[in-house]
Amino acid sequence: MSAPRTNIEVLPRGVQVFLGLALVALLAFPWVGSDFYAQMVARMMILAIFAMSLDLLQGVTGLVSLGHAAYFGLAGYALAFLTPQGEAVSLWWTLPLAVGGSGLAAFLIGILVVRTKGIYFIMVTMAFAQMVFYLFFDNKVLGGSDGLYINFKPAAGLFDLEDKRVFYYFTLVSMVLVYAFLRRLLWSPFGRALAGLRVNEHRMRAMGYGSFGYKLAAFTLAGGLAGLAGYLWAAQTGFVNPELMGFEMSAHAIMMVILGGMGNFAGAAVGAFAFEIVLNLFKDMPQLGDFDLGKHWQLLMGCFVVLVVVFAPRGLLGMAAQLRRKPESPDA
Amino acid sequence: MPEVLLEARNLTKRFGGLAAVNGVSLDLWRGRIHAVIGPNGAGKSTLSNLLAGDLPPTSGDVRLGGSDITSWSPERVSRAGLGRSYQKTNVFLPFTVWENVRLAAQSRAPHAAHWLHRATNFIATNVLAERALELCGLEGRRNAVAGTISHGEQRQLEIAMALATMPQVLLLDEPLAGMGVAEAERMVALLLRIKPDHAILLVEHDMDAVFALSDHLTVMVNGQVIASARPETVRADAGVQAAYLGEELQEYHHG
Repeated sequence: MSAPRTNIEVLPRGVQVFLGLALVALLAFPWVGSDFYAQMVARMMILAIFAMSLDLLQGVTGLVSLGHAAYFGLAGYALAFLTPQGEAVSLWWTLPLAVGGSGLAAFLIGILVVRTKGIYFIMVTMAFAQMVFYLFFDNKVLGGSDGLYINFKPAAGLFDLEDKRVFYYFTLVSMVLVYAFLRRLLWSPFGRALAGLRVNEHRMRAMGYGSFGYKLAAFTLAGGLAGLAGYLWAAQTGFVNPELMGFEMSAHAIMMVILGGMGNFAGAAVGAFAFEIVLNLFKDMPQLGDFDLGKHWQLLMGCFVVLVVVFAPRGLLGMAAQLRRKPESPDA
Repeated sequence: MPEVLLEARNLTKRFGGLAAVNGVSLDLWRGRIHAVIGPNGAGKSTLSNLLAGDLPPTSGDVRLGGSDITSWSPERVSRAGLGRSYQKTNVFLPFTVWENVRLAAQSRAPHAAHWLHRATNFIATNVLAERALELCGLEGRRNAVAGTISHGEQRQLEIAMALATMPQVLLLDEPLAGMGVAEAERMVALLLRIKPDHAILLVEHDMDAVFALSDHLTVMVNGQVIASARPETVRADAGVQAAYLGEELQEYHHG
């Protein structure tokens, strides 16, 4: 699994229009869709934040982390520990603390892992995530394999997050802000340097860039943003368990990023939505004779991802960009 | 006597039993080109790698502008004022020519790690990149993707990127490799233009260029220096002719 050297960084006009329409649809959704579906969409937006945070590493910097869920889960657990049994806790200090905690964990683990490259990076990130997973899985004090309940959603002053609609819009605003921030970062000197490291790390170092510092900063930031997603997830579901930091969660995030198209954050967000939609479709598959298709959704999901990689190696966004370009190609 | 910017003393690099570079000493002076020639496998590229911090030497030391840079990381050596171009084109192929040079120039900016402003809005960096681009005659190709320009242009881009990091010392590894006659002439003119401000190490196989450009010539064979003097002196050296230069030099005299 190697990162691509060429990304679609500048979004084609058609994709921009699509993203604008999607935003309008998301703004309108709670007024047209049922509560059940609004909650499902809110979850997709949370996963979009998670996938975008991973894209900073995977698509932009070329670091494929197979342990990104660790930072997602840690912030969720932070909220669980900080919320007392009988009352809500303020979002205004628990959110920064949870995000900072995930960022700090990513920083400390990053010091060790960003020195490695390629397949070794994949393995070491996975190993650390497994350690975090078992730390929580095996310790009753930390909730053990059953996890922990969060009885109250965090209190956010004027915003009553217990109201599903308010929570929905709070999540939507978070997602849009994260996207805007990461898009800005992509074109900043820091973002250009990260892209340079993906394309040719050797030359970057020969030009005076300390690759360790840049990668560590990216790893820390990605961990913190994954923490934001994890915090929102925990607040929404009112429940955390070790699976949040499990291997499957990390692998799903990678697939979301690949599915949508790497390196521009829009792809990661679109990928998260597409992945969840397809996943829910597969889970609802009917019984086929003796064979329960829905129960074996992972099999179907695997086939789906393989098909996408074969027919749209640059993801859904890459495919869209290609379709648009075709008519003008022969002489161009 | 011109100022010595880089000095290497008794550099040795062993890979197992093989001494790829064996006890090599050399100086680079500001305003002079020091050419290193030798057959393939003589250790010229390994020498460049030792000087630039890409490889740590087994023994010996390297001083750059008075500091001991032996075993420094490549990024630290670069920030200390050493720029280099590569034998095999080593640029950012998916990026535009401009972005390649701009990224090189950005490495000198104090805000190279800035997060929120557009990278293309930093004037000092743009000026530096622009100057390097013009010096190397690439201003007409700025928007071309580096992977799509000609081989000769990629060689020019190599130099432009090295120059954009404002080096005092330049290590140029076969800048003329694979170039046509016209392109090679342009490159020689470029090297003459940048020579006054830099101390240059030139590893090159093109003997016309070597004798046209160099002020000092070192000949390496099997990792060792067998001659190091003014080019005319080396050309007349019977030992050098026997060991390596013979054929190529005869061609040079008669051809």
